[in-house]
Amino acid sequence: MNNEFGIREFSIKYGFIVLLAGLILFFSIFASGFAGPRSAVFIFQSVAITGILALGVTCTLVVDGFDLSIGSVATSSLMMSAYMLVILEQNAFVAVIACLLMGAFVGLINGLLIVKMKVPDLLATLGMMFLLIGLQRVPTEGRSIATGMRLPSGEVADGVFPASFLWIGRHRFDVFLEKLIPVPVVIFLVVALIIWIFLELTRHGRLMYAIGSNERAASLAGTNVNYYKILAYVISGITASIGGLLLSARLGRGDIASGNNLLLDSVAAALIGFAVLGAAKPNALGTAIGALFVGVLLHGLTMMNAPYYTQDFVKGGVLVIALVFTFALTSRSRKGGH
Amino acid sequence: MIDNSKFSDQYDYLLTIIILVFMKKPACQIIGLEKAFGPNKVLKNIDLDLFPGEVTVLMGANGAGKSTLVKILCGVHQSDGGSINLFGKTFKPKKPLEAFDEGVVTVHQSINDGVIPDLDVASNLMLDRLTDKKSGFFISEKNLRIESEKIAEIMGLSFDSKKPVSELGVADRQLIAIARAMARSPKVLILDEPTSSLSAKEADRLFKLVDRLRSTNVAILYISHRMSDIRQIADKIICMRDGSISGTFVEKPLDYEGAVTAMIGHKMTEVNVKIPETGEEILSLSDLKLDKESREINLKIYQNEVVAVTGLLGSGKTQLASILFGVMKQFSGKVYLNGNIYTPSSPLEAIKLGVHMSPKDRSSNAVIKDFDIERNLTIPFLNNYSWLSLLKFNSLKNIARETISDLGIVCQSENDNIETLSGGNQQKVVVGRWLLQNCSLLVLDEPFQGVDIKARRDIGNHIRETSDNRATIVFVAELDEALEIADKVLVMNEKNLVGEHINKNVDINKILVEIAGQSTLGELGR
Repeated sequence: MNNEFGIREFSIKYGFIVLLAGLILFFSIFASGFAGPRSAVFIFQSVAITGILALGVTCTLVVDGFDLSIGSVATSSLMMSAYMLVILEQNAFVAVIACLLMGAFVGLINGLLIVKMKVPDLLATLGMMFLLIGLQRVPTEGRSIATGMRLPSGEVADGVFPASFLWIGRHRFDVFLEKLIPVPVVIFLVVALIIWIFLELTRHGRLMYAIGSNERAASLAGTNVNYYKILAYVISGITASIGGLLLSARLGRGDIASGNNLLLDSVAAALIGFAVLGAAKPNALGTAIGALFVGVLLHGLTMMNAPYYTQDFVKGGVLVIALVFTFALTSRSRKGGH
Repeated sequence: MIDNSKFSDQYDYLLTIIILVFMKKPACQIIGLEKAFGPNKVLKNIDLDLFPGEVTVLMGANGAGKSTLVKILCGVHQSDGGSINLFGKTFKPKKPLEAFDEGVVTVHQSINDGVIPDLDVASNLMLDRLTDKKSGFFISEKNLRIESEKIAEIMGLSFDSKKPVSELGVADRQLIAIARAMARSPKVLILDEPTSSLSAKEADRLFKLVDRLRSTNVAILYISHRMSDIRQIADKIICMRDGSISGTFVEKPLDYEGAVTAMIGHKMTEVNVKIPETGEEILSLSDLKLDKESREINLKIYQNEVVAVTGLLGSGKTQLASILFGVMKQFSGKVYLNGNIYTPSSPLEAIKLGVHMSPKDRSSNAVIKDFDIERNLTIPFLNNYSWLSLLKFNSLKNIARETISDLGIVCQSENDNIETLSGGNQQKVVVGRWLLQNCSLLVLDEPFQGVDIKARRDIGNHIRETSDNRATIVFVAELDEALEIADKVLVMNEKNLVGEHINKNVDINKILVEIAGQSTLGELGR
């Protein structure tokens, strides 16, 4: 690589990683207690659920779609698992499977609305978002679900969150240190790995990227465009329901008010991911790093006593900078050639 | 529009022009222009003078750097080195508007760059007036129409000025784009392949206009590789090849053969097609009707046969290709492939049944812009290069490299982004992808669209070399291309099959009559 292009190419490719490393170094020096395994795990834990949702969004972005319903799928999954456990008194396994199926089903409906009914993606998933936000309140007449609550029929709910379910959200594995790595972090990393392999190493991922770049050309090259588009929304639905399950297992109750920020945070993480390694396109590794970037920044600032209400502002700033990175720098260097 | 200061400007300009014409000084002088995109040097030390009242024709194969030169002149790209003088002053437009203001007006090749489809004809003609900051806030519908009709009259256009441009045909859109450029009273006019979608009659109108502009001392840069255009209007021919000027022809009579040689590096020679023995029947169309009014098509195509289907735009070529690839359904009749009834419901199914098709209009139908060469090449057959859905990266790389060398794709490596390639090389990639695997029927719809002669030869030769185990159908509008590649030439006209010729001592006039059809015989000659 010659010098003329060296600096720009380098900054496009590694700029964001360098920035992340710089941030970690900065906080390690100036925020006491930032450097250390427990703090690192805390960051991972804080972004695990957002990150899992963001990986699903990434899949829909790859096929040039968008899923606005993920936040509400996650909260629906949260409420549904609580309902299954507390009111229907089912075991953890049944609750988990039911929630995953619900997520896949919502994704399927989203996909069919977009592919078969030709509803634009943003509108279809916006509709679905509203629908789910409303639907999850119906069974309990808008109240949160907890053991011992009084049901509309007058009965008392006797079901509990079993330990096996809470394990998903609260257990910590011993790795070098006692009780270090929580289950959600492991799940986040596993989901990230699976999505990465799927998008980068399989022909399915390759075809999904082709659809995102030129749907018509992909179709004329023999790609089943509709199938892959629906698949993307199904993946997105499933990852969102996993996020909801983790939230439910962490809280131990069906809290109607939680999960408000999930949609925006995860979309932001996926978009920040565009800037990682100069990809300029949705990618799994970038999404995971994007989520971590936000986590590091927020944790570091909190440790330096930045008030909680500045958090969204910081996230927004990071997002805008990442988008500038992606679109301004990359498009300039790719332009031209004929 | 002309206030006093502007008037004195115009007066100055006239004076300059008079002086320039007398002294034979160039209106626009390009000196040592350089441009690179990434590591690819697209323009190397270009020197070029444009004289007022002269039509300078710029010829060059695709990828020679013509378009880049134009884009620098009209302010889309900036040069890396060298300079441009416009009437003795340095000219370095940073954006298209600056070039406009200096009087350098360009009509671009792709038609939709020149018009806004949803606006009506009048607004399109007056678009530059609308963007002018000096014009008022409100639009005077009446003035707009009067002015636009004036321009339309000068140009010899006869459209309903209230009609949206989207309802007009391609040729009419092109004329409007050119008319729009005229509205700016250009000093240097750049026409980038303006006749590519015009009929002979419309092109003549354009040539008349070019003649008139020439007599008013506009310097015209005319880009084309259509010899009939060039013969008609060139005062001077400049040839470009691989980013440099490879020939300048000024003395009359102009040496056209020399120009072609300078452009492609070797003489155009007649390609001799050797017609091979055909094998078994592959495709059979039985009473196929494309639409209600058309006649039945009956046709058999055999293994080891290359058939070209030619005809004008709208003759049903693309429709037939789409039916063969499962994109469209026929009106009635049957298609048999290898003796079995063939009714593919999608390209995916067609491919599975052994039919491959390279569609026309590569940028919208074939090229995947975010992908590199390797990914673009291998996209239809990832199945064959994966294990349990996991891609075999080495196999992909090897097959891509093989295809690159087989087809002579000019690139740094198989990981170059497809958009960094010239048109001809992009076309090699999108045709090459269908040659990765064997098929029983290969359909190529306009495989030479926007491709220079060298790439056209490369693609044509490769298709013929590999054709023994399949049947091949090539849909082309240009008769030359058909005669260059095919064993048999079929002619379509208004969705009917009207002629069938073995490519040996063919009666070209007869084919031309068939292509044109009885009713439009007068418009022949192109």
